[in-house]
Amino acid sequence: MTERITKTRWFWAWEYEKEERWLNEMAADGWTLAEVGYCRFTFERSEPNAYTIRLEMHPHDEQYLSFMEDTGAEYIGRCLQWVYFRRRSELGAFDLFSDLDSKLTHLRKIHKTILIVGILNLFAGMLNLFVGLESTSVYRMNNACVAVLNLLVCTFLMYGLGRLKEKIDSLERERLLRE
Amino acid sequence: MDEHIVLTEATYYILLSLYRPRHGYGIMQQVEELSSGRVRLAAGTLYGALNAMVEKRWIVQLPVEDGSRKKNYQITERGLAILRTELSRLQELVRNGEEIMGGQTHD
Repeated sequence: MTERITKTRWFWAWEYEKEERWLNEMAADGWTLAEVGYCRFTFERSEPNAYTIRLEMHPHDEQYLSFMEDTGAEYIGRCLQWVYFRRRSELGAFDLFSDLDSKLTHLRKIHKTILIVGILNLFAGMLNLFVGLESTSVYRMNNACVAVLNLLVCTFLMYGLGRLKEKIDSLERERLLRE
Repeated sequence: MDEHIVLTEATYYILLSLYRPRHGYGIMQQVEELSSGRVRLAAGTLYGALNAMVEKRWIVQLPVEDGSRKKNYQITERGLAILRTELSRLQELVRNGEEIMGGQTHD
């Protein structure tokens, strides 16, 4: 049986490039991503640099998976909105996006998703805060605690949105001059 | 509306390659060959472009043949018209470039 290891790591959605870099460093060391779960990555022993790993935010789409497989890519798995692919390096360079437009579309998709999650958290946070402060229920402290959590997550997401916006803006400036 | 569209390089080459029916990977190979290896379409980019062009009816998805799950695409009349307009725009670009820089580039 192939030797396997599992690692636990947390990456924020706006750090997907960092995540991809890490996965490819693992592949370079002879550990190829084989399974993904919530913050869990399972690797299997392979030749160093045998595969290139790519990930992308893409809704569930069977057609896309079979399209990718036709191009020689292997579907590893998905975690929430993220899909993971790998392709044997001997087949050549493996990228998911080859022009600025499709890179921008992808970044905007991530931005929009985080924005929605952020707004939902803000809304839940306000509601919990209100209940925590105003209600006479014995559980109101629970609401107050969750409210703090909600608002904390919101702050992180705001930071992420800022980082993504920077990337989008710089690609858009470049797009004014080239494709 | 469609008359003055400037195509991206990817769109232009995808449309050209669909002069004959082809599936996704076939398009990638044909585009690479047409451009002597210069233009390499990534799968995600191609998938997005194909869906957008089907929506605009510049290309159609052909019925899937028995025993195959690969989808073939082909250019439509509308797609051909877009391609013709783009070709004459590109010719204008080349003409103007040669007229102004012609002497210098042939030194």
